[in-house]
Amino acid sequence: MEEITLLIDGREVKGKQGQTVIEVARENGINIPSLCYHPSVSKTGACRICLVRVNNRMLRPSCVEPAIDGMTVVTEDEDIVSMRKWILELLLSDGDHNCLYCDADGDCELQSLVKRYGVQEPRKEEPKRGRTIDNESSRGIKRNEYRCILCQRCVKACREIQVSNVWGFSERGFETRLIADDDQKIGESNCVMCGQCVQVCPTGALTYQTVLGRGANWELTKESSICIYCGVGCKIDFYKNREGILVKALGNYEGPNNGHLCVKGRFGFDFVQSPKRLSKPLIKRNGTFEEATWDEALDLVAGKFAEIKAKNGPDSIAALSSAKCTNEENYLMQKFMRAVIGTNNVDHCARL
Amino acid sequence: MTNSIREIPLSAGFLVIGSNTTENHPVMGSMIKNAVINNGKKLIVVDPREIELSRFADYYFQIKPGTNIAILNGFMHVLIKEGLYDKTFVETRTEGFQELAKTLEKYTPEYVAEICGLNNPEDIPKAARFMAELKPMALYYAMGITQFVSGMNGVKSTANLQMLLGNMGVPGGGVNPLRGQNNVQGACDMGALPVSYPAYQPVANEENKAKFEKLWGVSGLSAKPGLTLVEMFNAATGGQLRAVYEMGENPVMSDPNQNHVIEALKSLEFLVVQDIFLTETAQYADVVLPSCTFLEKEGTVTNTERRIQPMHQVLPPRGDARDDWWIITQIANRMGAKWDYKKPQDIFEEIRTATPSYAGITYERIEKELIQWPCPSTDHPGTQYLHKDKFSRGLGLLTAIDYTPPAEGTDTEYPMILTTGRILEHFHTGTMSRNSRILDELVPEGFVQINSNDASNYNITDGEVISVSSRRGSIRIKAQVTDKPKPNVVFMPFHFYEAAANVLTIDALDPACKIPEYKVCACKIEKIAQ
Repeated sequence: MEEITLLIDGREVKGKQGQTVIEVARENGINIPSLCYHPSVSKTGACRICLVRVNNRMLRPSCVEPAIDGMTVVTEDEDIVSMRKWILELLLSDGDHNCLYCDADGDCELQSLVKRYGVQEPRKEEPKRGRTIDNESSRGIKRNEYRCILCQRCVKACREIQVSNVWGFSERGFETRLIADDDQKIGESNCVMCGQCVQVCPTGALTYQTVLGRGANWELTKESSICIYCGVGCKIDFYKNREGILVKALGNYEGPNNGHLCVKGRFGFDFVQSPKRLSKPLIKRNGTFEEATWDEALDLVAGKFAEIKAKNGPDSIAALSSAKCTNEENYLMQKFMRAVIGTNNVDHCARL
Repeated sequence: MTNSIREIPLSAGFLVIGSNTTENHPVMGSMIKNAVINNGKKLIVVDPREIELSRFADYYFQIKPGTNIAILNGFMHVLIKEGLYDKTFVETRTEGFQELAKTLEKYTPEYVAEICGLNNPEDIPKAARFMAELKPMALYYAMGITQFVSGMNGVKSTANLQMLLGNMGVPGGGVNPLRGQNNVQGACDMGALPVSYPAYQPVANEENKAKFEKLWGVSGLSAKPGLTLVEMFNAATGGQLRAVYEMGENPVMSDPNQNHVIEALKSLEFLVVQDIFLTETAQYADVVLPSCTFLEKEGTVTNTERRIQPMHQVLPPRGDARDDWWIITQIANRMGAKWDYKKPQDIFEEIRTATPSYAGITYERIEKELIQWPCPSTDHPGTQYLHKDKFSRGLGLLTAIDYTPPAEGTDTEYPMILTTGRILEHFHTGTMSRNSRILDELVPEGFVQINSNDASNYNITDGEVISVSSRRGSIRIKAQVTDKPKPNVVFMPFHFYEAAANVLTIDALDPACKIPEYKVCACKIEKIAQ
């Protein structure tokens, strides 16, 4: 694609033909705020929070404004700031955005913008509409319509990423509201609980059931790893709280999954912290398992293997390695069987 | 996979055969759905069950389990008869065309429809012509191609089709097996197979033997191929096998013919199970060693598209659980080895020497680069798709393959076909997913899917507990009456120990690659007398 040059906030930056202004800006480390825009879904151009001044004249929504060679862009000036404040006030005037009892507190794009632009007590002239709170119907996802800003990210994630088309808009204008299927509760809809809608939600309108009571967002730490389930190899950011308890899993955008996860990748990890986990070596004595030290157990295993090898030959021993273990561990297991035991009797569940 | 996940948008269409992608590889299933539903790409689905993807398919063939080769031959019959195959590709890149063409002669749409139990034979030529238009078409398959006594031939047939269509060695094409476990690709690459050292270097080869003796500083490595998993249990009951060391596997749940597996485990003199839970298999162990889960360890894994990715330690080990590599090292050293690995990276450096396709991959590189093997040197970018200008053997081999029936046919005593697999919410033997609260709550128990016609013949209602039996055993399980499976076919997931599908499955193996025939056996369903 053809390279283009833009002047953003006085800085010369490079982009590609076909990109929009916000894409060029973000690729160059210039942060233009957005609410409806999300890089993983198609552009909506609805919220207008990403307004920028183009060619020193009109204000344009940068998420849908095509970047053109030679364009001059100002991402923030007095007019833009007051426009953004006004938009934020309007958003806050509708619904109920009390961070004190919101699961997204500290992880909310609306909250960040309200703080960034110093927006005060919202206007409250408009009456609140009747809305839905559904904290129970789904085992994975909670929904609070009072916090929804109708950005459509969830609708698009469900349509374009998961492709289940569960979320949609109903009614028009001020009555517009988000519905699941033909206005079902989320837990009774065709939702397969991939949780992508929650991952892209910029507010606390959609949240995970697993986060409640497990610490504030700013106390969580994250580390990435690879999903343990199927062979797609989704990269996941795992969040844990101060006590070390896993709180949530978000799809990482650098993995083969492009940020997406399935229900297992999203909600299938508490087995790791299950009280049923094995925590001590066990040796069976007279038909029952007894806890042992590592030295006892390892000595017994090595001794028995050596004894059986001496008595019946190396081919009387076999190992099952694991498609759930790392390359390093599989390599060592086959090396152990071949170089130490002396047999090629090593296999794993590749065919199962 | 010969090709890459990120090439899905580059395909003009897809043939999905023997893969319920949206349930078993859901993230890729969604990518295929997105290409088809939102971007107008074409889709052909072949599966004995109506699956989510078949709803969006341009052509859907609900074949009898075990008849993949017949329908693939049927498509190829039309391609050759009507001259629709890629003649340039066949002439310049392949050999064996004449023999293949001769074998395919008899696979007329009518003949194929008869074998596959299809009532739409006229769609076979239409679909074949449709495929020939898709430049390129990607073929995706999973265990619905491989888990048959004719599994290896099924795989070769997929390759035949894609070579005839000229879809090999191009982005957006390829033969793409979807690997079912997060590191099954890597475990194979690392030589956790009875016939090969790392990188598929055969053990029955003097040069390889010498190479690994030198690398490992040992002598007398065995050149005799070892036993595969199912063969191990046969050898155990036969008395030749005395001890088994098992790491992170649960054969009581995952292997065919459960009663036989249990008998085999009981007949062992010594069984060591290294796992994260006291699994169904661990119950039979003499020693159980607690290991770390994936979130407690570091190392690398290789996904279905040959991409090597780093695993990071997210949590500290639980209790006294230890890394699997540490445990193996401890046992090895107690048996006289002098291994000095301090961390997984030390092992990886040795892997790079032993495995030419991994030689260029380092821990530093995979932190920031997307690398797929083969990657022979540190300045090599890795390989996005295989077989670009030539196949690893030179010319691609078109293999003439005839359809052969499954090991066990139906009869009056066992008149139904049982096929098994996974569901979206659970995984394999359930050790992980059934110990995850939300997943377990979503689907807490096993079920058998029965076509509504069959259900009404047997007077079975949805939710009723029935008996399902085969020549190997019998279980009680809840019936799910649905129109998803083909009539006369029942489907059962194998995740649930209370109603274990593998009590019923047959341990017949593909003679070449030894894969068990999980996807077809004869069974009967019965109401339980009140």
